Amino acid sequence: MSDSNIIPKWLSVGVIPLLNLLLAFCVSGLFIFFIGENPFKAISVMIKGAFYYPGAIGYTLYYTTNFIFTGLAVALAFHARLFNIGGEGQAYIGGLGVGLTCLIFDQYLAGFLVTILAILGSVIFGAVWGIIPGYLQAKRGSHIVITTIMFNFIAAALMVYLLVNVIIEPGQMSPETRDFASGVGLVQIHMLAKYLGLNMAMSPLNLSFGIALIVSVGFWFLVWRTKFGYEVRSLGHSETAAIYAGIKVSYTIIIVMAISGGLAGLVAINELLGVHNKLLLGFTAGYGFTGIAVALMGRNHPFGIFLASLLFGALYQGGTELDFEFSSITREMVLLIQGLIILFSGALAYMLNPLVENIYIKYYGNYNNA
Amino acid sequence: MMTNKNRSGNDATVSLPASTRLAIELRDITKRFGHVIANSDVNLRVESGSIHGIVGENGAGKSTLMNILFGLYKPDSGMILLNDKPVEVNSPEKSIALGIGMVHQHFMLVPTFTVLENVMLGNEGSMLLKSGEESVLNRLKSLSKNYGLDVDFEALISDIPVGMQQRVEILKALNRGAKVLILDEPTGVLTPQETIGLFDILRSLKEQGVTIVLITHKLKEIMSITDTVSVMRGGKVVADFATRKTSPEELAENMVGRKVLLSIKKPASKIGKSILEVKNVSHQSKDGVNVLKDISFNLKEGEILGIAGVAGNGQSELLDILSGIETLQKGQMTINDKTISSHQEWNSKKAREFGIAHVPEDRHKRGLVLPFHNYENSILGYHRNDEYSSGFLMDKRKILNFVNELIQNFDVRPRSPLINSGKLSGGNQQKLVLAREIESNPKILLVGQPTRGVDIGAIERIYEDLMKLKSNGTAILLVSVELDEIMSLSDRIIVMNQGTIVGETNSSDATELDIGKMMSGLEQV
Repeated sequence: MSDSNIIPKWLSVGVIPLLNLLLAFCVSGLFIFFIGENPFKAISVMIKGAFYYPGAIGYTLYYTTNFIFTGLAVALAFHARLFNIGGEGQAYIGGLGVGLTCLIFDQYLAGFLVTILAILGSVIFGAVWGIIPGYLQAKRGSHIVITTIMFNFIAAALMVYLLVNVIIEPGQMSPETRDFASGVGLVQIHMLAKYLGLNMAMSPLNLSFGIALIVSVGFWFLVWRTKFGYEVRSLGHSETAAIYAGIKVSYTIIIVMAISGGLAGLVAINELLGVHNKLLLGFTAGYGFTGIAVALMGRNHPFGIFLASLLFGALYQGGTELDFEFSSITREMVLLIQGLIILFSGALAYMLNPLVENIYIKYYGNYNNA
Repeated sequence: MMTNKNRSGNDATVSLPASTRLAIELRDITKRFGHVIANSDVNLRVESGSIHGIVGENGAGKSTLMNILFGLYKPDSGMILLNDKPVEVNSPEKSIALGIGMVHQHFMLVPTFTVLENVMLGNEGSMLLKSGEESVLNRLKSLSKNYGLDVDFEALISDIPVGMQQRVEILKALNRGAKVLILDEPTGVLTPQETIGLFDILRSLKEQGVTIVLITHKLKEIMSITDTVSVMRGGKVVADFATRKTSPEELAENMVGRKVLLSIKKPASKIGKSILEVKNVSHQSKDGVNVLKDISFNLKEGEILGIAGVAGNGQSELLDILSGIETLQKGQMTINDKTISSHQEWNSKKAREFGIAHVPEDRHKRGLVLPFHNYENSILGYHRNDEYSSGFLMDKRKILNFVNELIQNFDVRPRSPLINSGKLSGGNQQKLVLAREIESNPKILLVGQPTRGVDIGAIERIYEDLMKLKSNGTAILLVSVELDEIMSLSDRIIVMNQGTIVGETNSSDATELDIGKMMSGLEQV
């Protein structure tokens, strides 16, 4: 994404996203006002719901974890100028990796070993689901946007088939596998706190959050400190220059999509190993798609992605609370607010730039265009 | 008349003979961008019906000044007068309405539209296209006849050569009734023949009373076509001349602010053994056109071999194959006694391993990743080398040390490793690319259009660097559409036409005329 050359970084990276956010909240407030509720009260409920009530922070960070994984997945592809819309499907298939690993091995191996294998499984399965569109783009010229969208549908259909017909727990109606054996899974943070003698409210937050933070640092390192990251960024900025530099374009595209898919696949460890303890239908719940907005808002940088993920995590959690407290504010209203935020900070991310530029030039006039 | 004296920039009241009519007069124009003063008290007078040149290095303020005249920027202070009447030009529409037309360096044409559709764009007439088309077509026919602007109106822009695209731009301006035509670096994309054609058109426009402002950095063009010339440096007009009373040396000195050597001293270097032999290389483009047919030549250590030719006669493809950007389809190359045949692996990485460095023709698309910082660009293509990395990690400190040395030794300005290369001037970008390639200690250096879009100060430096490399025994293959450049730098010249080598000559025996004939394919030697 090209940043404006005119305004300094603190404005384009700091102030403008905040303004976008504010605008989204203002419009949301108008909607809440129109349905007859007090927008300020709603906001306060939302903030309390996301950060203040017992367990609220845990829930917020649990959602944040999913967004970090999918946001990073989209961002890495973006550095190679690939638009990976397939995070949803890659996360879903990552879940298949977790499910199969656990179902096959949990009778034979120790819990922590199965967990490690399952984490690898989520990455590898997600990667495969990224490699196929990557290969088709690199070698056959099929546009990655189209193929990754298609692969979301294929993943969804495949999972329904498998969960209804093949790996469903025998003798029951809901399309889920049996529970993974006890000892398999990632420890929830409130349990961990209890071992340490601390008292924490219950929440689904689990070790995946720590893994997400480590992966974020690794992402930064990969993109800005390694030869591979250099090649990826060269390719993303200028394919012709990349070829001139002897970078293998097809190979790089395929590897980037593999890593991107693997990152998305990690959503499954948070959901399945951290919370549900079984494979079930539709656990990805749109995290893959929201990841696009997260990456966009976070400017494809892991720190930005962390902040954007936190925002969306708080929205998800605060939104649930909103739904709960106000009879007239339904789940759909919460989706509307999320949609507005995605609209203003994603799709319309550059809407305010000309305005801010003009104001900046008028009062500070410090740009160079000789 | 224009006076031949240098002036300080503030004397807006130079008296003129009453008979002279001014088409354009700019008085004390100042334009600041923040702390940077792009134009400072600029005064410019262009006589009606004359061709006025504006020369200056990149960043001297030429483009800013013309953008002010064309209504793209608003000056902070100063006055614009057209035909002695003060006017306010606050938008391009206004400027077009006032009879000013501009032909930009990069054409503003829709490639998938026909010539006619492009000329009509923004000027379609009524709701239905038919009537507008007819009236525009009639007007175009008479315009093109009057001014000798030969264009096929039904052809698609993407199908016609660059020279003709430029004529379309000129027609577009004339169709809107332009009486003043501003041309920004019009010959940058043209072949010598096309340049001659353009100048004929400009002369006939002048005869019909059109006033022309020509922005360029090529002094030869200024000398050959303009009546008067203004030199800009550091945002100011530092000198005005009547063209016939000045010389390229004087202009160059005013542009750069010091004496400049326009001729090159060729060092006496030992020409050694043959290091590159190209044998029977042919190449077919993706569209199935045979762009290279049976090319064979050799290149020796310490030699500069120039490849002359009108752009698009296979020189670019030859460079691409030698540098590994394209695969070798047919034929073979022997580099330093190692032979590469068509079925062997050949790519840019491999070429670098063979000691081939490449300064590509298009530094924006190939030579640099523009959004990268200078330090990142300083290792592009060499980023795998152990000097800059340990294992799979890049060593930023080592790279920074390297780039600091590089920009110091090769005088890349500004001397900052952390600035985006896209923000450097053309000359400094080219110096950065050349520096990187020279620092790799190549056995063979491929150079494409080394001075395209590069200012005089930098050209001097680039030639010096090439000569230094040559005297160290590096073999240099030089591709350029500037015949002067080829003739003054090369030891030996081969000429290409339609994908074949049509002639070879020693640069000392050749005349521009001979080579020109070979380039046009009229004469085989």
